Amino acid sequence: MAAVTETIEAVQAVNDGGYKWGFETDIEMDFAPKGLNEDIVRFISAKKKEPAWLLEWRLKAYRHWLTMEVPHWAAVKHPPIDFQDAYYYAAPKQGPKSLDEVDPELLKTYAKLGIPLKEQAILAGVEGAGDSPSEGGRMPIAVDAVFDSVSVATSYKERLAKDGIVFCAISEAVQTHPELVQQYLGSVVPQGDNYYAALNSAVFTDGSFVYIPKGVKCPMELSTYFRINAKSTGQFERTLIIADEGSKVSYLEGCTAPMRDENQLHAAVVELVALDDASIKYSTVQNWYPGDAEGKGGIYNFVTKRAACRGKRSKVSWTQVETGSAITWKYPSCLLIGDDSVGEFYSVAITNNHQQADTGTKMFHIGQRTRSTIVSKGISAGFGQNTYRGLVKISPKAAGARNFTQCDSLLIGDQCGAHTVPYIENRCMTAKVEHEATTSRIAEDQLFYCRSRGLTQEDAVGMIVNGFCREVLKELPMEFAVEAQKLLQISLEGSVG
Amino acid sequence: MTAMNGTGPAAFLGRHEGLRGRLPGASLPWVEALRDRSAAAFRAQGFPTRRVEAWKYTDLAAVNASVFGEPLTGVDDALALPPATGPRAVFIDGRFRADLSNLEGLSYTVENLAWALPTLEARLGALVRPEEQALAALNGMLFEDGLVVSVPEGVAAGVLHLVSFATESERAPAFHPRHLVRLGAGASLTLIETAAGPVRARYLHNPVFEIEVAAGARMNHGRLQQEGREAFFLSTVYARVQEGGTYDNFTLNAGSRLARNEIHVALCGPKAECHMNGVQLLADGQHADTTTALDHAAPDCSSRQTYKTVLSGKSRGVFQGKILVRQVAQKTDGYQMNQALLLSPEAEIDSKPQLEIYADDVKCSHGATVGELDAEQIFFLRSRGIPAEQAKAILVEAFLTEAVDAVADEHIREALSGAVAGWWQRQGIQGGIEAA
Repeated sequence: MAAVTETIEAVQAVNDGGYKWGFETDIEMDFAPKGLNEDIVRFISAKKKEPAWLLEWRLKAYRHWLTMEVPHWAAVKHPPIDFQDAYYYAAPKQGPKSLDEVDPELLKTYAKLGIPLKEQAILAGVEGAGDSPSEGGRMPIAVDAVFDSVSVATSYKERLAKDGIVFCAISEAVQTHPELVQQYLGSVVPQGDNYYAALNSAVFTDGSFVYIPKGVKCPMELSTYFRINAKSTGQFERTLIIADEGSKVSYLEGCTAPMRDENQLHAAVVELVALDDASIKYSTVQNWYPGDAEGKGGIYNFVTKRAACRGKRSKVSWTQVETGSAITWKYPSCLLIGDDSVGEFYSVAITNNHQQADTGTKMFHIGQRTRSTIVSKGISAGFGQNTYRGLVKISPKAAGARNFTQCDSLLIGDQCGAHTVPYIENRCMTAKVEHEATTSRIAEDQLFYCRSRGLTQEDAVGMIVNGFCREVLKELPMEFAVEAQKLLQISLEGSVG
Repeated sequence: MTAMNGTGPAAFLGRHEGLRGRLPGASLPWVEALRDRSAAAFRAQGFPTRRVEAWKYTDLAAVNASVFGEPLTGVDDALALPPATGPRAVFIDGRFRADLSNLEGLSYTVENLAWALPTLEARLGALVRPEEQALAALNGMLFEDGLVVSVPEGVAAGVLHLVSFATESERAPAFHPRHLVRLGAGASLTLIETAAGPVRARYLHNPVFEIEVAAGARMNHGRLQQEGREAFFLSTVYARVQEGGTYDNFTLNAGSRLARNEIHVALCGPKAECHMNGVQLLADGQHADTTTALDHAAPDCSSRQTYKTVLSGKSRGVFQGKILVRQVAQKTDGYQMNQALLLSPEAEIDSKPQLEIYADDVKCSHGATVGELDAEQIFFLRSRGIPAEQAKAILVEAFLTEAVDAVADEHIREALSGAVAGWWQRQGIQGGIEAA
């Protein structure tokens, strides 16, 4: 295969217990010149052969971005980002034909995570590996892989097409389903929504597009695998998922990046739209490179994710396991517009070494009897700083709205921090909001109990942490739950002693 | 003296410039320096807008747009104060009135600030952070008087009433009293503070408290805020508690058009304790904000907070509570609960509890609930023959009980019960349980 001529495993990650996804894949890349200006925006748009309206849309976002100020309210610290010192477009020169050809690293990644070969094949979309949805009692998974700026392969397209499901790169959808893209792009996260969303709107390069037609239950998990590979690039993917009336879909997202001592920016935008009776489950296992033990390098993960539950009885469920990134800045949100719509947010965020995470959710209750549930588990170790920041807002019209929030923080070591900043704004008499938060460390007696039964300190901590996160992990699709549990343990390596 | 020209920060800053030579302590360089530092801080901040995080839910635009004047109170202004039943310090429009106070035969020192100022260099402003709290800066720039209480080591001072009244005036007076309380080791004091004024008078009451609780001392601080319905009440309390000391604050926010009850407590010695409880009772047109910041700066300390808000009519309640646990503050036990009850479809409650924790061996939790009266509970009472309105009153009272019961001092609890009953009467709600 031409695209992957040489693959260098740059890291002996297994032994040093560090980041195991830090390989760099040496591929001939097509770069746009470094820096950001209107010409770069035009260049990206031209490369993607985009229609005029989309170029205009990007330029509008870019011009608006220029007028905006870098937000400072999050509890994270980093030096100012030089937006001119990065490439905004990087693509493999030669387009690969299918997933298993293009990225053996993906397979290796799954292998490193200890997922059985059979499942690897299914995950990677190997032909025939999971053709019958019932095989082994497990659903196959369709994968879209995004490599730096472009989507390189989408598997299972034909099977999905049978049901009228569209699952492809968003750049492809712009060509094949322009009416859907034009109707929904930016309808949940407007171009000027926030600093990084505006930047993304101007320079987004790829991402996934999903459309589930009326009444269709998507027969398999849809999955996107994101990877930042090239040096000095940012990744600005844009994902748009539309679940039409009565449809149902579960979508998984996984991310990795090579180890570098510079900081790389990942500023994605994800928009979900659920119409009447539709249901979207969106799961993320985020494992971007977190930087080394001294806090050097790592990904800045500044992401805007928002769902609009436009339809009556629609439902969106966000589940995230955030173990990577030097800095995570992310608030998957739900606009509960349709009456009786439901929003859920389940989150595990781990910060170890010098990682910083400021994450949470926003639930906007607009329709009547809308319900939301928030369960957030934050774990801090090393010098990590972990903040839950969330908003529950209930409008005067949201009669009978209901929210329950639970935020628990676990501290491992005395150099880390755990913070909770929930905002509750209620303007509706008949709404009911409950919030509770706790902070504690692993209890000595729990540890002692495990140790006295022969578990090592590390295994005992791993077990207790997994128990602490159970409520969230059980929301993940099974394949991801396995991965997530492993990740939790790996992320905490070296934090106990 | 004259009314201030114009509105907003400029008018207050102008007043400071104009009065420089005549404000108390003008001849003392350190007072001058303190006022200048405060003025610089206030100039830099102005009245905070809602873009400032600490003021996200409380808008000072109405204060900013109002014209305020100098308080002009004659000694002969008739005031119907009930005779003092115990030690009492009375302030009218922010100025001490010896003739209305009763401070005879105390085992500790009570002075007024304007008088005691030359002796206060080490104390005044020691706890205040004008660069961070704009209203404390405003106070530091223009304070004229206040209460200075010093309880010597080991003295149980008993109850002291601090009464603040505003008079009926066309001039919309603004006053900024500075109160200092210091408890020596092992001392104790119950300070019951009542702030009130005429129903329709517009005025600005901007008190700042500096409270120092030494090792093993205990201060009970009950605050009944029943200002007139056009008043602005913007108060900032700073307290510092040493080893084994206790600061117990209870605040009732029932009066004024706009109230801000901001409390900063630092627990600076091991085993120090802080209790902050409060009730906000809001009727149509009122806005009340309780903002607490608790700084756990020493190990083995504990803090308890319970705040309840009842909202009727078109009112708005705010609770912001931050618990900071520093790295040294191992074995911290922190708990905070805030609950709101909405009695009207037009009411709004905004709540922001916050934990910021840098120590690992801690037990910290907070909870918040918002809701209306439980229909099933009302049904339960009604099915036993209790009229709907009374059933509601009973449930509201039950809701408040948890916060009121947390008040350790019986004098404060008594004063509080009276104030709550008064609020109900004004709302046209019959007293709960008694009436049943």
